[in-house]
Amino acid sequence: MNKLEEKYADEIQKILAKYPPEEKRSAVMMLLYMAQREGGYVSNHDINDIAEIVEITPTEVATLIGFYTLYHDKPAGKIRIQVCNDLPCALRGADKFLGELCDALKIQPGETTPDGLVTIEPVMCLAACDKAPMFQVQSSEGLEYHENMTVESTQTLIESWKEKN
Amino acid sequence: MAEHVLLRHRDIPDINQLDVYQKDGGFEMFKKAVTAMKPEEVTDIVKASGLRGRGGAGFPTGVKWTFMDNKNWPHYVVANADESEPGTFKDREIMESNPFQFLEGVAISSYAVGANAAYVYCRGEFWQVAHYLDEKIAEMETAGLLGDKLFGSDYSLRIYTHLGAGAYICGEETALLESLEGKRGQPRLRPPFPPSFGLYGKPTVVNNVETLTNVPKIIENGSDWYKSMGTEDTAGVKIFSLSGCVNKPGNYELPFGTTFRELIYEHGGGIANGNKIKAIMAAGASSAMIVATDEALDTPMDYASVRTLKADLGSASVIVIDDSFSIDWVLNKTIHFFKHESCGKCTPCREGNYWMSHIIERIHHGEGSSFDVELLTKVAYQIQNKCLCALGEFSLQAVVSGIERFPQDFEAKVNL
Repeated sequence: MNKLEEKYADEIQKILAKYPPEEKRSAVMMLLYMAQREGGYVSNHDINDIAEIVEITPTEVATLIGFYTLYHDKPAGKIRIQVCNDLPCALRGADKFLGELCDALKIQPGETTPDGLVTIEPVMCLAACDKAPMFQVQSSEGLEYHENMTVESTQTLIESWKEKN
Repeated sequence: MAEHVLLRHRDIPDINQLDVYQKDGGFEMFKKAVTAMKPEEVTDIVKASGLRGRGGAGFPTGVKWTFMDNKNWPHYVVANADESEPGTFKDREIMESNPFQFLEGVAISSYAVGANAAYVYCRGEFWQVAHYLDEKIAEMETAGLLGDKLFGSDYSLRIYTHLGAGAYICGEETALLESLEGKRGQPRLRPPFPPSFGLYGKPTVVNNVETLTNVPKIIENGSDWYKSMGTEDTAGVKIFSLSGCVNKPGNYELPFGTTFRELIYEHGGGIANGNKIKAIMAAGASSAMIVATDEALDTPMDYASVRTLKADLGSASVIVIDDSFSIDWVLNKTIHFFKHESCGKCTPCREGNYWMSHIIERIHHGEGSSFDVELLTKVAYQIQNKCLCALGEFSLQAVVSGIERFPQDFEAKVNL
């Protein structure tokens, strides 16, 4: 039993049960989410463990992290604020929102606040175009949408996280 | 507007609760299909209704079901909940607010094609939606609506959710299947199509969430009822996702054939901030740009009519652009999107979008020449008809139509 299997035995079994026993590889997507939940990224050690569980090579697992934007191979802020600034959101002020939010936090897009709490990342369409400006929050608790946002309401949200952390 | 067919949570409060949904006749059609109808009868009704795929391609749904290879088993149904086209946000509302009608659609279509397992492929960003659907699926299992030997018959069905992880390309059905198999979401060479070689190499029907949500109502009310709505070209109702420079963006369920003008001005409350309408993109970022003339605004929205404007209706994600925006800025956004989302498998799409992004950046920042505008069009046409899937094709639609139909925006930007 490898480290991930020891830690998440029940959860791994639940994920594997969704797919035919001979098609274990399908479980890799959910296992990657599981592995990065705690630290915010997938470590090389996790990659090896996942590869062992679904019986593919570590390289095959690693290519998925590069291909899909919601998997990360490097640590960042505890909470990632992923702002959609694609065309429909930008027509409703998303670029301005992103710029002003970064100014308020004194960081550039892609950067993390000095306390290590928040990383701001522009992302592609999140299917909430009618409720821009909006962003999703990716953290150890999963993903959560926040819609019709302002810089002020976002700062209030960040303050509430500071209290929790 | 008469009562909704799809967005029924707007008419019936708490329809997301199993008892409320069932009180309104929910799951009666699934039960009727399993206990009193042959699979072919279900397919025949859907075929006769004229229902076409709502994900963008508009392929007749019932016809797709008949393509399933009956010599190769097991069969699978996969619901495409990867909703990623910029400007589209309808499937999310269905799944969040009327989840059981969608799941009943999955169940009925599974019975029709003989599938005992169905997967709902949600884009990774729909993490909350997928967990919500897991709860709803568990309630169905407890109520005996999913599981073994349903309603005393020999038919068994299980529905599972699966999460993607942020890749637009996975909305393409073969890329979606690759991703569901735990691989990078890159499209397969077709043929074979999924009904003969789909998930795990088995016959698979991939249908969009909105498409499947129509199915219970079509079985309940019949194909003639469904055909009585919409136009001769495109039957039924559609959820139009309206976004951009309008006062009331949102989802509007309307019959096919509703004009752009009615959608934008009556339902969407007109153009925001006192500006004038300039352009319409009817199929999200994948659209050709429509010049918003009176003639265009009075065009009925069905697949054939929108084509007369040299554009497509696609998934009916209508993005409205007003005269405060320049088209070179719009193209900078769409090209950047497709450059990011190209899966990298086909060289023309991968490299073409990379080079287009450099050229449009130059033009947009006032550093381009008229030669750059010509070059941009040329590179776009180098992508055309050369890729395995539609992403490459989509990426050039806005580019070539934007330059051709709004030349003044580019003339104003370039140094001769």
